[in-house]
Amino acid sequence: MALWGVAVLLGAAVLGALLQRAGAATRIVYGVCLVGCLTILGTASYHLLLASDAPQTAQLPVGLPWTGAYFRLDALSAFFLVLVNLGGATASLFAIGYGSHEPAPGRVLPFYPVFLAGMSLVLLAHDAFSFLLTWELMSLASWALVVAHHHEPDNTRAGYIYILMASFGTLTLLLAFGLLAGPDGGYTFDAMRRADPVMPGLVLLLVLLGAGSKAGLAPLHVWLPLAHPAAPSHVSALMSGVMTKVAIYAFVRVAFDLVGEPSWWWSMVVLAVGGVSAVLGVLSALLQRDLKRLLAFSTIENVGIVFIGLGLALAFKANGMAAVAALALTAALLHAFNHSLFKSLLFFGSGALLTATGERDIEKMGGLIKGMPLTAFLMLGGCLAISALPPLNGFVSEWLTFQAILLSPQLPQWGLKLLAPAAGAMLALAAALSAACFVRAYGIAFLGRPRTPAAGRAAETDRFSLAAMATCLALCVIAGILPGLLIDALSPVTQALTGARMPVQTTMSWLSIVPVAESRSSYNGLLVLLFITVSTLLTIEAVHRYASRAVRRGPAWDCGFPDANPATQYTADSFAQPIRRVFGEVVFQARERVEMPPPGSAQPARLTVSLRDLVWDTLYAPIAGGLAVATEKLNQLQFLTIRKYLSLTFAALVGLLLAVAIWR
Amino acid sequence: MALILGLLLQGVQMLLVLALAPLLLGFTRTIKARMLRRRGPPVIQPYRDLLKLIRKEAVIADNASWLFRASPYMIFAATWVAAALVPTFATGLPFAWVGDLIVISALIGSARFFLALAGVDIGTSFGGIGSSREMLFASLAEPAMIMIVFTVALVAGSTQLSFVAAFMQESAGLRVSLGMALVALIIVAVAENARIPVDNPATHLELTMVHEAMVLEYSGRHLAMIELAAAVKLLLYVSLIGCIFLPWGLAPAGSAAPAYATGVAAYVGKLLLGSFLLVLFETSIAKMRVFRVPQFLGAALMLGLLGTLLLFVSRSF
Repeated sequence: MALWGVAVLLGAAVLGALLQRAGAATRIVYGVCLVGCLTILGTASYHLLLASDAPQTAQLPVGLPWTGAYFRLDALSAFFLVLVNLGGATASLFAIGYGSHEPAPGRVLPFYPVFLAGMSLVLLAHDAFSFLLTWELMSLASWALVVAHHHEPDNTRAGYIYILMASFGTLTLLLAFGLLAGPDGGYTFDAMRRADPVMPGLVLLLVLLGAGSKAGLAPLHVWLPLAHPAAPSHVSALMSGVMTKVAIYAFVRVAFDLVGEPSWWWSMVVLAVGGVSAVLGVLSALLQRDLKRLLAFSTIENVGIVFIGLGLALAFKANGMAAVAALALTAALLHAFNHSLFKSLLFFGSGALLTATGERDIEKMGGLIKGMPLTAFLMLGGCLAISALPPLNGFVSEWLTFQAILLSPQLPQWGLKLLAPAAGAMLALAAALSAACFVRAYGIAFLGRPRTPAAGRAAETDRFSLAAMATCLALCVIAGILPGLLIDALSPVTQALTGARMPVQTTMSWLSIVPVAESRSSYNGLLVLLFITVSTLLTIEAVHRYASRAVRRGPAWDCGFPDANPATQYTADSFAQPIRRVFGEVVFQARERVEMPPPGSAQPARLTVSLRDLVWDTLYAPIAGGLAVATEKLNQLQFLTIRKYLSLTFAALVGLLLAVAIWR
Repeated sequence: MALILGLLLQGVQMLLVLALAPLLLGFTRTIKARMLRRRGPPVIQPYRDLLKLIRKEAVIADNASWLFRASPYMIFAATWVAAALVPTFATGLPFAWVGDLIVISALIGSARFFLALAGVDIGTSFGGIGSSREMLFASLAEPAMIMIVFTVALVAGSTQLSFVAAFMQESAGLRVSLGMALVALIIVAVAENARIPVDNPATHLELTMVHEAMVLEYSGRHLAMIELAAAVKLLLYVSLIGCIFLPWGLAPAGSAAPAYATGVAAYVGKLLLGSFLLVLFETSIAKMRVFRVPQFLGAALMLGLLGTLLLFVSRSF
């Protein structure tokens, strides 16, 4: 049934290729995509909620000869299908309105449905061959969307780096599946589950590299802040909110399902990488002016948080603590789900701002809450959710992760005992910094006075975009106040992967969530929301009844010296300056240099800030430099005489034969 | 019947918190004045200030948005709910399980989020500088708070304050990790409430100011809500320290009326003690430069992390 939905999406791709000249083409194609996504969404949620104990399988006679392609819908696939197609459906709804601003729809329409179909197929694939094929389909379709606006100078470079990293990721996944399949070549996932994997630790590291490069784990994240913002905003939302989750699915599928029993040291690697990504991602996000780049860096942070949860789950699973492993895995998957919701919302909002002001730089916005009140309200909800503030959904998953960390002193290994609290501290730091990051983004873009004339003229976005954002926000609120429903829906997944499930949450009094026992910890988002609402209303009522209701509008006070020039406002860079100074001097080697003109000179003083990307400089630049040197040297091979070629061939043959002889 | 009594107690706690918060502030100001050998305002001055403020008209900048007008109520409500979740005179109130210590810290974070947004709403430099510095301090104080929560929760086996307080009453004893958590919590409380040496609540128009810079554009009833929220926040931190580290006198669930009376008396005593110690600390230390504050808060973060690590090594620390 889910495959039919994929077929609808592929049909939409054909439509997109055929219809690109017609005016209504965008609406038709995105409308069909919406239908396709909703079909898969319905099937998957039915499966997850009601029929999770009976996996559906299908075998299609496509792919390699005499093998066929295997597809399977089980609880894990169904959960991620829900996530992906929820994101796909809202993005398609958004694009029905937003897509009409697209200058060249022919570059977007054919690839967008293929991208959606590719992501769903990865989740359904049940053998290594179809997995890798659909994984590449997803990568290539998204690459085509990244370079859709290839006239902008940065986008070509973004596309180049993206396709390099994507190829690298697929290569490592290919090697990982090769090790999993073993010498017999059991390429179906069923065969891999039965077989004892060769070198499982290496498989895990390869999958961490492959899936991690797609998900944006540090230090493999360099492509992500370049590529995600380059695509049209609804595609950015899909890449950031949804495609990274497909990568997380790949990791979960291999590490928790295919590879068998984990070793405890795997979780050390995963925890460390997750913690570093979380902090590095949010610190980088804090320093960005480009709203879409900021959101892309914040994706790295959230993927890091998910991997902290996954690392804990691996640690608990390796030590046979199934119940706690279920808690940590639930926290990680819930955070993946929550992140897809609010990140889509925020990217939609950035798209709406882009069409309204023509800008992605928040320093050229300001005061948009007046021209775009509805977008401003919806974006405020998204910012609250991503900053992990109660009663919205981002808080719930981080709270659950903290609860899992609090149970980790029971782990016997010393390395984990030391790393788990450190990961907790990094998670707390990332959460606090992300609040700072989104106060800055929202405050500079929406509040204050318009910094450019274009920002002053901005008008509200269209109905479809607003509907898509409102859907996301409503889901964020529901997931925040009724997380017990989601936790219970995740129980078949954790049951299958860790052999345990969290206690049933929907029967708790007042729909609280209680991860272990009520004497340990509990949280009730519904009542928190209710209390805040009631106390706000009571306060407003009391103030309006007993206090003066008079309001006088006047010029801003500003200590008596208000300046009408909007350039005197605090800018995004000045907002980030204290944090740059405290954290950036180490992490980014941030240096500030002030050039004061000599006395009497009329020249302005200049403040120059230099930042270094240490990951790029220490890891990627040497590789790129080494490659350049090597190609320069090897280039000489092109200009040899025929005699030298022949002797080279002969020498190679002799060398290979010798190697075989020695090997035997 | 038990439910009605419970709800009643919960309501009493919410009103008690609200009623005592300006008193705590007034008491603090009076003792501080006495320590500086001034006579100082009467203890009830904060109530008079609040009354004066809510009677005045609100002057709002021309370009203020709806968020500017809504924020004071959001800030106040979030802080009030957070304060109502901290056990003051009794444990095991019917809604104590709504949120644990992490939720309380996050609710304060929500209030701060709106306060910082309100600071940049008018588009003046003072508001921006206040918000920017507030978020810097918060980005260190919040993780420090979480680490303190970890330490306390690992000792008590719960993040739920009622259970923590009950555990501390019975069987905590002296522990190295708890000592570290106490010092860290005091540092966080001082920073979060914009007290000396982090910020000076008594000054205006100083380049070092943080909290006052954010609320510079507020007046009338809006300012009253923010001032009241700040008072409630101070009370919250004093109650929090009292409930975790001085849990004596807290009435357990279902006790008789005298126990509750003792609880209230003990609570007022703790508030007075807390405010006296705060003043003693404030008068004996000078205000810090802004960029020294991250080191001060970093010490709290490290103490919290160290306490947590010790407990991961052995439960007996």
